[in-house]
Amino acid sequence: MNILKGIAASSGIAVAKAYLLDEPVLAVEKKTVHDVDAELKRLDSALVQSTKELEEIRAHAMENLGADKAAIFDAHLLVLSDPEMLTPIKDKIKAEQVNAEFSLKETADMFIAMFESMDNEYMRERAADIRDVTKRILAHLLGVRLPNPSMISEEVIIVAEDLTPSDTAQLDPKFVKGFTTNVGGRTSHSAIMARSLEIPAVVGTKKATMEIQNGDLIIVDGLNGEIYINPDDELIREFKGRHEAYEAQKSEWAKLVNEKTVTVDGYQVELAANIGTPKDLESALKNGAEGIGLFRTEFLYMGRDQLPTEEEQFEAYKAVLEGMNGKPVVVRTLDIGGDKELPYLQLPDEMNPFLGFRAIRLCLEEQEMFRTQLRALLRASAYGNLRIMFPMIATLTEFRQAKAILEEEKTKLLQEGIRVSEEIQTGIMVEIPSTAVLADQFAKEVDFFSIGTNDLIQYTMAADRMNERVSYLYQPYNPSILRLIKMVIDAGHNEGKWVGMCGEMAGEELAIPILIGLGLDEFSMSSSSILKVRSLIHKLNKQKMEQLAEEVLQMSVVEDVINAVQETAMQLEKRI
Amino acid sequence: MVEKQFKIIDETGLHARPATKLVQAASKFSSEISLEHKEKKVNLKSIMGVLSLGVAKNAEIKITAEGSDEEEAIQALDELLRKEGLAE
Repeated sequence: MNILKGIAASSGIAVAKAYLLDEPVLAVEKKTVHDVDAELKRLDSALVQSTKELEEIRAHAMENLGADKAAIFDAHLLVLSDPEMLTPIKDKIKAEQVNAEFSLKETADMFIAMFESMDNEYMRERAADIRDVTKRILAHLLGVRLPNPSMISEEVIIVAEDLTPSDTAQLDPKFVKGFTTNVGGRTSHSAIMARSLEIPAVVGTKKATMEIQNGDLIIVDGLNGEIYINPDDELIREFKGRHEAYEAQKSEWAKLVNEKTVTVDGYQVELAANIGTPKDLESALKNGAEGIGLFRTEFLYMGRDQLPTEEEQFEAYKAVLEGMNGKPVVVRTLDIGGDKELPYLQLPDEMNPFLGFRAIRLCLEEQEMFRTQLRALLRASAYGNLRIMFPMIATLTEFRQAKAILEEEKTKLLQEGIRVSEEIQTGIMVEIPSTAVLADQFAKEVDFFSIGTNDLIQYTMAADRMNERVSYLYQPYNPSILRLIKMVIDAGHNEGKWVGMCGEMAGEELAIPILIGLGLDEFSMSSSSILKVRSLIHKLNKQKMEQLAEEVLQMSVVEDVINAVQETAMQLEKRI
Repeated sequence: MVEKQFKIIDETGLHARPATKLVQAASKFSSEISLEHKEKKVNLKSIMGVLSLGVAKNAEIKITAEGSDEEEAIQALDELLRKEGLAE
């Protein structure tokens, strides 16, 4: 048995077979063939097999993931039957008496180069389609296995270098019991995805794909960040026991679903859920969310080949607002750029995407796209308690511009006789230090603040949270970060505005005592964390936490803060 | 031989889904079908050919069909372009 250490990214325990999502090596050698007809037949048979496979994948995706996700395979099927590509491949085999693999590779590479050199991002993306299809045909010619994540139909644990949004879009949550990846941290896409699916995940293991074979039985311990490869029966029994104990604790927490979130001394806060799609509502409600603190609308725009229409967006927003039945829903307007790209928008590559043309900066420039989203939101506002949040606001001017566009669209809709709520709050995400520092000025004009800690920390520390070599600088408990958070909360309260937090930190057990002490009003987190946090807040005393917060704000290094909070936590345990 | 001119009115031009649908429809006929734009002519049954033209909004295109089912082909493509709001 082998044990791998990694970062516990999503809690829980899973025992299942490994499904390796890695790329096989497809080495192509040039060979001379003597029987050209036989070679052409071999190619035909690989094409037939690839077509059959893609048609199955497409049908499966259509049924389980929707027409949107299936469309990409339509494009693949067309490439596979494209006469402009197939004819030169066959001609080359005949004229040069070369093997099918070589002819395919040469011809495809030529097309890939052609599409990649086009000055249009959409066309460059098509090169990826050709590459995907070529890989599939080559795999059949060479007789190697290609992973087909969309075809998984038994319980598995996904093992991969990393998971991209397009990988996870192809996975059927019914069968995926856990994740483990070589790279990534608590805030990488795969980690966030695992928490939203409520399945355990261990990321950043560095070598999971090297150590684990397809079909190995593995245990994912998402509580301690460990992976056990081919464990013995005794260990499997032990972990099945721990899995049940964890489930039992979860059902204990489940009793708090309809409870208010109040401290021992009667101070009440709101626990909300972060969601990505209307589908996540079920989990939010099941876990007792008192609102939606962050609806990430990017997912409506991703994994497809064109912008979502106003109607599509309206339906999605309306579904969430109606589903929450009058409880507040904070919708963040499009936050694209950085690590989230939209190929069809054809944005130029940037040296520093996280410091570049993204989120509100993009929306204020691409106004047509922004206005479509705002109209969809305004129309949906009639169906619930909508709050609109603008991301990546760095200056008050940006907020004023965004707000003015919103008002213009509202006026237009009202003139068209369309119902729009009069109670929509508009606020901003505080994730840029300049905005945190100037929060007192912002507070006069916004209806609320929501602190986005993931970005606020990386911008304040000037450290890329995805870069493992500087990830030690991702310090949520650094006194500098805590002071920024305090500035924002105090500034909001001085103007009578509520202040929330929607970064990872809002759901961290260590952060909760400090944030209660600092007076945070709303905590928005992965649905799966809500009940655990509620149970913790029920044990806290607001006044004592205020003292704790005051102490840690005066500390000089992050280690001291962590020690102080851990000590408080231990005293709490003792008392119970 | 039958040919017909169109003007593209779809916002994204002949990209993505519109191009996919057009190629799928053309592939159903046995006639040779081609698409012409700015003096470049490609096989309308080839997705890569169609995409490589980079047909944008407001572009004038010409579709030509030649073969036993040329009339039906042009009619079907005409219907598709209008029904999907791609061209007029």
